[in-house]
Amino acid sequence: MQDTVKLHFDVSGNDFTCAGEASGKIKRTLKQLGFDISLVRNVAIAVYEAEINMVIHADGGVIDVDIDSDCITVVLKDRGPGIPDIELAMKEGYSTAPENVRMLGFGAGMGLPNIKKYTDEMNIDTVIGVGTTITLKVYNK
Amino acid sequence: MNTVFHSVNLDKSKCLGCMNCIKRCPTQAIRVRHGKATIISERCIDCGECIRICPHHAKTAKTDSLSMIEDYKYKIALPAPSLYGQFRNLEDVNIVLTALLELGFDSVFEVARGAEVVSDATRKLVEKGGLKKPIISSACPAVIRLIRVSYPELIDNLLKLETPMEESAFLARKEAEEKTGLPQEDIGVFFITPCPAKITAIKSPLCADKSNVSGAIAISDIYPKLLHKMKHLENVQELNQASKAGVRWAVSCGEAYSAGINNYIAADGIENVIKILEEIEDDKLNDIDFIELNACTGGCIGGCLTITNNFVARTRLKALKKFVQDTDNKINNEDELKEIGWKGELEPASVLKVADNVTDAMKFMNQVEEMVKTFPGLDCGTCGAPTCRALAEDIVRGYANVDHCIFRLKQEMEKNPNTNNDDIEKMIPVPFRGTIDEEKLKWT
Repeated sequence: MQDTVKLHFDVSGNDFTCAGEASGKIKRTLKQLGFDISLVRNVAIAVYEAEINMVIHADGGVIDVDIDSDCITVVLKDRGPGIPDIELAMKEGYSTAPENVRMLGFGAGMGLPNIKKYTDEMNIDTVIGVGTTITLKVYNK
Repeated sequence: MNTVFHSVNLDKSKCLGCMNCIKRCPTQAIRVRHGKATIISERCIDCGECIRICPHHAKTAKTDSLSMIEDYKYKIALPAPSLYGQFRNLEDVNIVLTALLELGFDSVFEVARGAEVVSDATRKLVEKGGLKKPIISSACPAVIRLIRVSYPELIDNLLKLETPMEESAFLARKEAEEKTGLPQEDIGVFFITPCPAKITAIKSPLCADKSNVSGAIAISDIYPKLLHKMKHLENVQELNQASKAGVRWAVSCGEAYSAGINNYIAADGIENVIKILEEIEDDKLNDIDFIELNACTGGCIGGCLTITNNFVARTRLKALKKFVQDTDNKINNEDELKEIGWKGELEPASVLKVADNVTDAMKFMNQVEEMVKTFPGLDCGTCGAPTCRALAEDIVRGYANVDHCIFRLKQEMEKNPNTNNDDIEKMIPVPFRGTIDEEKLKWT
């Protein structure tokens, strides 16, 4: 148990006041652990985007973080509607966010592309009507 | 814990050991021990929040007294622009400036002049380009120290320019030397300060060997004497050499305004400053050119050594009418632009880091996480730490014990068969009695 640090967060859906709380805590923990700030920033931005996606599209979910000295792994699991066309969702500017969400400044269609940009590995496992699990990896180089 | 200079002082006879300051401190630098507040020196950023909040006035700023000016042959007053906002019915700053001479100063040099020079330098550097965006203002010493301890990676975003105070002191010394022919050690330069962070910047500068300022006198100290002189002035001298642009630095947004930057964010109040720094860190503000940050609400007019409420002072400043229009408070050439830059590098002081290597840090973090679960999460402060988490970190670092938590202590006592559990229950502060689900907490 001493070689890794594990964090767990429950993210509630459609509640923008709490959105970003998990990524903020992950960032603080990584900073305290002394990880290089560029890594911290990459993880924080990617998780923030994914967390917001969870809030907007999937009525929340859970985030599990596994920190070891070589790699940060973040698994975001939701029971949302699933992503019908991942390729389309990966296009910058493509968004299915409803109007009320866009009014809040979210839903610019940068979520998934940004997550990919800031991580070394991104795996999306999605089943329509069941949910989506996104696994992110950022290596400590 | 090292012994670097801090301008915040504790009067132990007045400190009751209450929880107000530990809760207020933005860097969680205060603990109450043996009935008194103690500061963890390396975390303190001299923002003055504890001075402001202390209901018993036990926290004070280490300012200099007016009598200190007598140590010098030639005495210069450096009034902060915020000083002008302290007075009712003031239209002409020359009244303040003349009154300063009446108090024993040989000359005055308005910090608003230095501010105009810094604004000009800012404008020129922004025009030149090549700076890391968003550019963060370096005018507030508390913000600089906050960045140094909590956001060291943002040091590269800082606008590496002297503060208006330092620039004014530099120019004032030059002027005085030319005028009097006195050696520098005979020239005393005194900043009339709205806040303790500036005092720390003078006594313990981060990017220079020595400040050009000899001492700092609190606005709150000089105010009554100054007011008296202002009321009894026989003739008012024309001393003002700063325009409104420099004076606006006293108020949040003033710096961006004076530098003519439109795409900016100005955040004031330490909590807001922290929120903005977090956003910069997350790369969310990369579309912004300039970020002006002031630790005090409203800007320097909100400093804890001022007299007038910052909202009132803002209006008082607006009421000032007579200012010189065109000033020559400018950067005239490349050499001057170079000269106003920082003389040294700002070294990060990452106090957030818990260990030298990631493996040890993880060990630490796991211990903290486990320990946090055994505390009630009330952040009641009864242990002397601001939060349950801060106590857990203190314990793992070896600075505190588990039984500092009154809830944990109660549980330990209940293990003793000879104690009366009803009496123990009374140990718990009234608001929390019966609220803790002891099953839920994994107390062992």
